[in-house]
Amino acid sequence: MSTGTETVVAAPDAEVPVTAAGRVRRKLTSRTASVVSLVIALLWTVPTFGVLISSIRPEDEIKSNGWWNFFANPQFTLENYEQVLFGARSASGGLAGYFINSLVITIPSVLFPLAFCSLAAYALAWTRFRGRDWVYVGIFALQIVPLQMALIPLLSFFNEGVSLGGVQLLPAWDLDGPDKFITVWFAHTCFALPLGVFLLHNFMAELPGDLVEAAKVDGAGHAKIFRKIVLPLIVPALASFGIFQFLWVWNDLLVALIFAPGPKNAPLTVRLAELAGNRGNEWQRLTAAAFVSIIVPLTVFLSLQRYFVRGLLAGSVKG
Amino acid sequence: MASNRQRRLLALSGAVVLALTVAACGGDSGNKSEGKLDTPECSAFADYTDIAGETVTIYSPIRDAEAGLLEQAWAKFADCTGVKIEYEGSGEFEAQLKVRVEGGDAPDLAFIPQPGLLEFFAKGGKLKAAGEKTKAMATQNYSPDWLKYGTVNGTLYGAPLGANVKSFVWYSPSLFKEKGWTVPTSWDEMIKLSDTMVAAGIKPWCAGIGSQDATGWPATDWIEDVLLREQGPDVYDAWVSHSLPFNDPKIISATDRVGSILKNEKYVNGGIGGVKSIATTTFQEGGLPVVQKKCGMHRQASFYANQWPKGTKVAEDGDAFAFYLPAIDPAKGKPVLGGGEFVGAFTDTPATQAVQTYLASADFANSRAKLNNWISANKGLDVANVSNPIDKVAVGILQDTGAVFRFDGSDLMPAAVGANSFWKGMTDWINGKDTKATLDFIEGTWPK
Amino acid sequence: MNFDFTAEAPKLMMLLYGVVAFAAVVGLLLLVLDVLPSRKDRWVALGLLAPAGLLLLVGLVVPAIRTLILAFMNADSSEFVGLDNFVWMFTDKNSGMLPDFGADPVSYGVLLSTFLWVLLVPTVSTAVGLVYAVLVDRARFESFAKSLIFMPMAISFVGAGIIWKFVYDYRQEGTEQIGLLNQLVVALGGTPQQWLLDGPWNTLFLIAVMVWIQAGFAMVVLSAAIKAIPADIVEAARIDGVTPWQMFWRVTIPSIRPALVVVLVTISIGTLKIFDIVRTMTGGQFGTSVIANEMYTYSFRADEKGKGAALAVLLFALVVPIVIYQVRVVRRRRLEAR
Repeated sequence: MSTGTETVVAAPDAEVPVTAAGRVRRKLTSRTASVVSLVIALLWTVPTFGVLISSIRPEDEIKSNGWWNFFANPQFTLENYEQVLFGARSASGGLAGYFINSLVITIPSVLFPLAFCSLAAYALAWTRFRGRDWVYVGIFALQIVPLQMALIPLLSFFNEGVSLGGVQLLPAWDLDGPDKFITVWFAHTCFALPLGVFLLHNFMAELPGDLVEAAKVDGAGHAKIFRKIVLPLIVPALASFGIFQFLWVWNDLLVALIFAPGPKNAPLTVRLAELAGNRGNEWQRLTAAAFVSIIVPLTVFLSLQRYFVRGLLAGSVKG
Repeated sequence: MASNRQRRLLALSGAVVLALTVAACGGDSGNKSEGKLDTPECSAFADYTDIAGETVTIYSPIRDAEAGLLEQAWAKFADCTGVKIEYEGSGEFEAQLKVRVEGGDAPDLAFIPQPGLLEFFAKGGKLKAAGEKTKAMATQNYSPDWLKYGTVNGTLYGAPLGANVKSFVWYSPSLFKEKGWTVPTSWDEMIKLSDTMVAAGIKPWCAGIGSQDATGWPATDWIEDVLLREQGPDVYDAWVSHSLPFNDPKIISATDRVGSILKNEKYVNGGIGGVKSIATTTFQEGGLPVVQKKCGMHRQASFYANQWPKGTKVAEDGDAFAFYLPAIDPAKGKPVLGGGEFVGAFTDTPATQAVQTYLASADFANSRAKLNNWISANKGLDVANVSNPIDKVAVGILQDTGAVFRFDGSDLMPAAVGANSFWKGMTDWINGKDTKATLDFIEGTWPK
Repeated sequence: MNFDFTAEAPKLMMLLYGVVAFAAVVGLLLLVLDVLPSRKDRWVALGLLAPAGLLLLVGLVVPAIRTLILAFMNADSSEFVGLDNFVWMFTDKNSGMLPDFGADPVSYGVLLSTFLWVLLVPTVSTAVGLVYAVLVDRARFESFAKSLIFMPMAISFVGAGIIWKFVYDYRQEGTEQIGLLNQLVVALGGTPQQWLLDGPWNTLFLIAVMVWIQAGFAMVVLSAAIKAIPADIVEAARIDGVTPWQMFWRVTIPSIRPALVVVLVTISIGTLKIFDIVRTMTGGQFGTSVIANEMYTYSFRADEKGKGAALAVLLFALVVPIVIYQVRVVRRRRLEAR
C-alpha cells in the first residue's frame, strides 16, 4: 500500500504528469499559469512585505511616509525589534517568558484535540450504534456557538464549580500558578472539538470500507483497527488539522486573556497586544512584533508540510 | 501481542511514576516575604501592619510603560509592608473585567475609569464598600466633587486614582508667535481667531475620532465640554442622569455649536482632509498636524501630551502647548471636564483594604507623579513633583476651588448609551447624519 | 534577555505533565478497547466519544443552552421578556439590523452586511485557494509558493490589522500617502479615497482582509485533496485525450468535491462568527458591523445581555441550512455504504 504512495511521490521528476492538477497546469499555456499564480502570490505577499519593511524603519519614517520609500531612501533601524524583544516595561523582563508560556499553552492544546477528535471521529465513522448520525450532526452544529458566549460559563465552571439548586455537584478547581495552564488547555480543547471532529470524520468516512471490514473478519478489535489501519492513513489529515489548531491557539488572544492572565501565564499575543502602548500610539512596534510571532507558526508549517502535501491515497487503495 | 501490551503498560506506568516524583521534588519553595516596617526608611508605612506575605491582585486598563511606572511607584510600599502586588493591565479591560467578575475570577482591586461601570458592579453586589481607613484617607485627600463619582447610593466604593483634564485646546506656540496670534480667552475670541486662520490659509481645527471599537468617543467629549459651557453644570447633570432627554433642544443647540466647528468644511480637517476624514482618523493622529503647522487648534485632553512625535517641545514657548477651552457664558463659571480612574475592591481582606487605602494617599500620588506623565486630583499632590508643563497647568485647574469640575458624561451614562450608541451616533453625525436624527437615535437606545 | 530558568522550570514541568497526561489518557483508552470484545460497538463508541462528549458538554453545550435562555431575558437577566429581544432586532430602527435606504447616510443594516460576508468570503477564498493549488501543484517552488499564501494564516488578527492599515491608509490629497492602495490611485492620476468610510464598498474592503487570511486554509486542504486524486483516473482521462479545461471540470472538481464542501462549510461558519477584523479596523462603524460584532458589543460593552444573547441565537439560526445540508450528506453517505 505504502509503496504505491511512494511511486507517486517520486513522480514529479518524471516527464509524464500524473495528477489531474499537474496535467491541467502543464497543458495550459504555461505562461498564463505562471502569470496568474504570480499575481495571486504578489497580492498575498505585498501587504506583509510592506510591514516587514516598515518593521526595520524608524518610527518617524513609518508614520510620515509610505514603506516603498525605503528603497529610495533606506533608513535602517533595529529599534522596533529591540523594544519588542527586550520590552519597555522593566518589571516584566523580556519576551522569553511569554514565549515559553505560548509553547506550554500551545503544545497540549494541539495534542489533546488531535487525540479526542480522532477517537470521536473514528467512533462516528466506523462503529455502529443507534443515533450515530445525529450525534455527528449535533457535534458539527456546535461549531456555531460563538467563543465569546462560552467564556463566562466555562470560567465559572473552573472558579465556582457546578452547583444545581444550591447543591454543589462539582467543586471549584482553585488552580494557581503554573496549574492555571490546565484551564487554558481545557478551554482550547473544548473549542477545537466540533471543527476537529468534522474535519477528521469527513476524512475517515472516505477511507475504503473493505479495508476495515477485512480487518474485522481477521478478528481485529476496534483499538487495533484504529491504530494499525486508520491512524497511518489519516496522518495527512491529522497534520493539517494539527497545524490549523496550532495557528489558532498560537494566535489566540481572547481565550488567553480570560484563562491565562498575568505575566506568569500569558502567551505572546497578550504581550504583543500590550506593546501598542497605553494610548495606542506606539503601534510601530507591532510591525516588529508581527514578525517575531510569525516565526514559530511558519517554521511549524514548513516542517509539517511534507506530511499533508504528500499524496496520501494516490493510486493505491481507492478507485 | 501480549508482551507488546505489557511493555506499553510498563512504559506508561514508568512515565507516570517519573512525573509524580518530579512533581514532589518541584513542590513550591514558599519564600514568604517579610515586611520591614520597623526600619527607619519605612516609617511612612507604619500603619500598614500585618499584611506581609499576602498577595493583592490588581486589574487595570493601564498597561505597558505606564504600568511599569505604577509598579515603580508602589514598589517601596510593597517592599516595606511585605505585601505582594500582582498587577495586570489590559487593553480589553472593560469587557474582560465583566467576564471575569461574572465567571467568579474577579481581581482584588480594579482601576475603573468609568463611574458608570463602578456603579454597575456596586449595584450588582460585586464590589465591596471601602473600608473605614480607605474612606478616611479618601475623604482627607479628595474633594466631594470627585468622591461622589466613586459613591453609589451613599456608600463609597472607590477612591479616585489618576486624573486627566479634557478641557484643553492644543496649539503651536511657535506658529501663533509667527503669525502674531494670541491665545483666546473667550469663546467668541476663539471663533474670531478661527476665521483669522481661515483668512491666513490655515484650517483652524483638526480632529480624529477613530479608536478601534471605541470610535466616536473624542466627539462625545466635544459635546460634553460645550454643553457644560453653554448650559451650565445643572443641565449637564440632568442630561447625564437622563432627567433631561438626549434629544432636548438644549442638547441640540450644544451639538449644533460643536457642528459649527467640526462639521464646517472651512474649519476642518486641517492637514488631514475634509469633515468626513475626522471619522476615519485615529484620535492619536488627529492633532499631529498642529506641530506641522497645517492646523491651528486641536481640542483634546491633557494626556495628548504623550502623542507628539519624539523631540516635540511641549511648553508655552515650544512646539505644542494647550490653552483652557474658554467659557461661552462667563456667568456659568469656569467649567472643567475631566476623567480619571477609581480603585474598586472585589474582596475585603485586610491586605486588599490596605493597598486600597495606600493608593488613596498623598504619598502614593506624589510617588507616582515624580515618575512623570501622571496627575491626580489628590489634594496632597505637590505641584513641584509634576514636571511636565501641561500637567502642571492641569493640576492647577484640578486644584482651583473656583472651577466647576464635571466628569466625562459618557463614562457616567449607562453603557448601552455611554459606551455604544453615543459613540456610534457621533460617528454617524460626523459622517453626515443631521443633529436631530442623531440625538433621536441615541435617545431611543437609552435603557428603559 | 534576562532569562531566569528557575522561574520557567515549573511551567516546563507543567508542559511535561500535560504531555504525559495526554499519553496516559490515550493509552488507557486504547488499552481498555483492546480488552473489550469488538462486537459490542455501542460500548466501544461510548468509550471513544466520552472524552470529547464531556468536554463538549461543559465547554459548548451548557453555554449554548445558557445563551438560549438569556436571549429571552432582559438586559441584566433578572426577568423573562419573551420575544422582546427578537422583536427589537427586527422592528426597532435603532437596532440597525435592517437596511434603511431613506436615511442619510444610507444604512445598509447588519443583516445585509453579514449576508455579503457569508456570500463572498467562502466563495472567493475557496476559488483563490483552488486556482492557486492547481497552478502551483508540482511546480518547481511549490513548497515556497504555498507558504506565501499560507503566511497570512500564521499572522494574528492584531498583525493583520496592522498590515491592512498600511494598505488602506488615507492622507489628504496633495500630501504623501502612507497607504499602498492610495499611492497606487495617486500614481494612476486619481484622488486618494477613504476606503473604509463609504458603504457599501467599505464592507468589501474588510471582506478582502478575511479572504486574504482564509485563502491559505482553502489552499492547503484542497491541495492535499488534489494530490489524493488516484493516478489511474487521471491516466484514463489523458488517454481519452481530454483538454486541460475538461480535466479540471470533469476530473479534478468531482474528485475533490468532499474537500471542497469541507472548506466551504468551515469558512462559512468561521465567517458567520467573524468579529475581530471588523472590530479592529472600523469598530463596526460606517455601516460595516456584522452580527457577531453586534453580539459582542451588546453582551460585553453595552450591558445588554439579552440583546447580545438574542443576536447569538440569530447566528445559531443562520447555520441551520448548513446543518440540514450536513444531514443530507450523512444520509447519502449511508445509502452509498449499503
